Amino acid sequence: MSAAAATPVALARARSNIPGLILLAILAIAFPLVPYVLHVSDYVLNICMNSVSYTMAVLGMVVVLGYAGQINLAQAAFFGIGAYAVGLGTVVWGLHFWVSFMLGLGAAAIAGLVLGLTTLRLGGHYLAMITISFQQIFDLVLTNWIDVTKGPDGIPGIEPPALLGFHLTDKRAYLLFCAAVLYLLIWFVWWLPKTRLGRAMRAVRDNELAAETIGVHTLRTKVIAFTISAVLGGIGGSFYAAGFSYISPDNFSFLRSIEFLTAVLLGGAQSPFGAALGTVLIVLLPEWLRFLKSLYLAVYGLGVILIMVFLAEGIWGLLRNTFQRIRKPVAPVIGAVPVLHFEIKAQSDRAVLKLENLQKHFGGLRAVDGIDVEVAAGTVHALIGPNGSGKTTSLNVVNGIYRPTAGRIFLDGIDVTQMKPHERAGLGMGRTFQNIRLFQTMTALENVMVGGQRDNNPMEGGREALVTRALSALDFVGILHRAHMIVRSLPYGHQRLVEIARALAAHPKLLLLDEPGAGLNQTEKQELVGLLKRLRGHGLTLFLIDHDMGVVEKVSDRITVLNFGKKIAEGTPQEVLRHPDVIAAYLGEGPANAAARA
Amino acid sequence: MEALANNLQVLFQGLALGSIYALVALGFVLIIRATNVVNFAQGDFAMLGGYAMILFTVGMPGNPELHIPGFAMHVPYGVAILLAAVVMAIIGLAFNYGVYYPLRNRSFLPVLISTLGASIFLQNTVLALFNPQPRPLDKLFNIEGVTIGGVFLDSQYLVILVFTILAVAFQYFFFEHTLIGKKLQATSQDKDMARLLGIPVTLMIIITFVYSAVLGGLAGMLVAPILFVSIGMGSTIALKAFAATIIGGFGDVAGAIVGGIIIGVIESFAAYYISVPYKDAYAFLALFLVLLFRPQGIFGEKVSEKA
Repeated sequence: MSAAAATPVALARARSNIPGLILLAILAIAFPLVPYVLHVSDYVLNICMNSVSYTMAVLGMVVVLGYAGQINLAQAAFFGIGAYAVGLGTVVWGLHFWVSFMLGLGAAAIAGLVLGLTTLRLGGHYLAMITISFQQIFDLVLTNWIDVTKGPDGIPGIEPPALLGFHLTDKRAYLLFCAAVLYLLIWFVWWLPKTRLGRAMRAVRDNELAAETIGVHTLRTKVIAFTISAVLGGIGGSFYAAGFSYISPDNFSFLRSIEFLTAVLLGGAQSPFGAALGTVLIVLLPEWLRFLKSLYLAVYGLGVILIMVFLAEGIWGLLRNTFQRIRKPVAPVIGAVPVLHFEIKAQSDRAVLKLENLQKHFGGLRAVDGIDVEVAAGTVHALIGPNGSGKTTSLNVVNGIYRPTAGRIFLDGIDVTQMKPHERAGLGMGRTFQNIRLFQTMTALENVMVGGQRDNNPMEGGREALVTRALSALDFVGILHRAHMIVRSLPYGHQRLVEIARALAAHPKLLLLDEPGAGLNQTEKQELVGLLKRLRGHGLTLFLIDHDMGVVEKVSDRITVLNFGKKIAEGTPQEVLRHPDVIAAYLGEGPANAAARA
Repeated sequence: MEALANNLQVLFQGLALGSIYALVALGFVLIIRATNVVNFAQGDFAMLGGYAMILFTVGMPGNPELHIPGFAMHVPYGVAILLAAVVMAIIGLAFNYGVYYPLRNRSFLPVLISTLGASIFLQNTVLALFNPQPRPLDKLFNIEGVTIGGVFLDSQYLVILVFTILAVAFQYFFFEHTLIGKKLQATSQDKDMARLLGIPVTLMIIITFVYSAVLGGLAGMLVAPILFVSIGMGSTIALKAFAATIIGGFGDVAGAIVGGIIIGVIESFAAYYISVPYKDAYAFLALFLVLLFRPQGIFGEKVSEKA
């Protein structure tokens, strides 16, 4: 990399695999043209059509499962919504193809939105269950509501659409058209992870709590991912219906949903190319495995288990990993990036953080029992106390992970007590975690970019500004050279720095640090103290909790001591550390302890 | 008077059906608590239990296409139940090693998908081995039932109700009053801590899978005389049982039982008063409503992740 003259954004450009892309492009262009050159049977054309329309639906699985990490076991239902919209629209209601098509997309989007909004708050198993339920209800309605859906007989006679005056009645022409649409969709899904939304999705997948805390509207992100997935399913279904001219409820059963799921897992859920590969295999496998006769589905079920055990990232992931192993390691980023800019208002006497009679009870346990704290602008304020004194609980309440039982929280004069964590982050509340919570499969740079993309981040410009900001933040904490490394592969100390950079990229008004020294060795602790002092020097307000008195004493302007959820002392480090109550709380009281002190 | 009797009749059927959902839901909850994973093949344990009973009592023809011979073993009903329970225990053991164990250190999603794969595998293996035709199974007792106050009490329904009560009582005693039950509870709450305390966690999880396979199988044996034994019988039951665990409160034992009964009763009345073809949809509608208004379920507590 010619580093000296490189702009920050050029530095951030990920490596691309040019020969691979050219090969893919040739394959992609050749595929729909083959039927024009060679004579192929209708049977082969049907297999091609199947692959193309299924891949569209499986791309939806990439978005929802691969990017956002949410399961969807009803993709066949969304596929069916698109198909039935076209079938019913053109054949029964006499609508134009494209009108029916749009209706189908609308219906799929609304179904996805409603399902997503009701269940994505809960996630995980609930989502699995609800999507299965939706799939079952969809089946029942298709089969039993005969007046509208024509029931088990299905709908015959669906015709391919006209496009700019051309009737795509020739199967080859229709396949060509669908392949073109598919390539557009693949491009969209390939491009998505690099966008603000896509990064947010991946952040939610890797660590939902951290994403929410640093300003990602996690529910909205998941709902959008789910809705995109539903719409992609609908698009696939629409083209499927017109391609095969006949649809019936059997085409959209639960087993088809599992097929879509298997396709995306087999190919690789992280990539649209993996999705295409997986789908083609899933379409071809029953043809190749005809000799298994009635055992085919049993083998298929076994295959699903084996994929989960041996092919965690799918075939595409396996190929990519093998390929990366023989390539050069990630080049370190060297070059000049602008110095990190701190957007901090002139010092005022106003408290940046104010806690008023804050309480948090868990059942009968009063973890936080009415504390008042004011963190003055531009100071480092530490919250200390023995284990179980309520420090981390306090921090979780301040930052919105817990709702307080009583009391109020003000951030820079704004009452944030009722706000969600991402709203607080949007007002400039940054945070790091005791047990590091990074987005493990993303690069350091991407992690920091997610931090920088919070709402109201006072930052001019688009993506370029965000990248620059993120690189500056990494430079500030001293690990710019690690920008393109996947954080999972970074050493612990560096991961901690990435977390701090992630918070800094967001221009925080207040930075909450939950035991920033935990797990660091002595050298790293020294470096941390230096970093915190530099932050203070820039006028950033810090509120930190830590066990390590060495760290706390060196950086703090003011210390609040908690014990059993109550504030027992507050003042400068010298005052507080000599306070008899504090000594008693830390070392215990009574004669036994007197001996220990002697 | 007749309306009342009709309603009682419907209620009785709903309770019996609900008991089956409750039994399968109990198996679900045990595995959720031990491994944090929903076993989507739980219903197929019921299906396998039903088929095992058919094999041991009347037998089945094989599949000539694959040269699978038929199988028949005409043992008494009670012996058949015991044999079927042993078969289910072996299946539970195999399930633990084949489906869960290799993925135990991964997140819930791979395991969940793996159990889905297992479900497809089990159903289609049975389908390939034997004739796809649904099979009837005799009732446990050779009497139709009794009529009390205009309400006909089918003997098999009574058996189901009694067995469910016994199973719940046994489970309560087992988990609360035996050492192994306590160890199982400890395993389900904190595997690492349990391991540090010397509890053989792997063995505890094996026991959980075996127990829930046997429980699921027994549910299948009990319901078989009512529903016919078929490949898909388990999936429908399992989905409703899972709905029951959510309605009752995810991972809550009492919740699973109450949720199961509620779903059985709703389904029974809705089928009687509204429409039969949509019978299977009512449980899911109830589930949607619960998730909208009380997502933690009846007995569930709101929990949030710790930072």
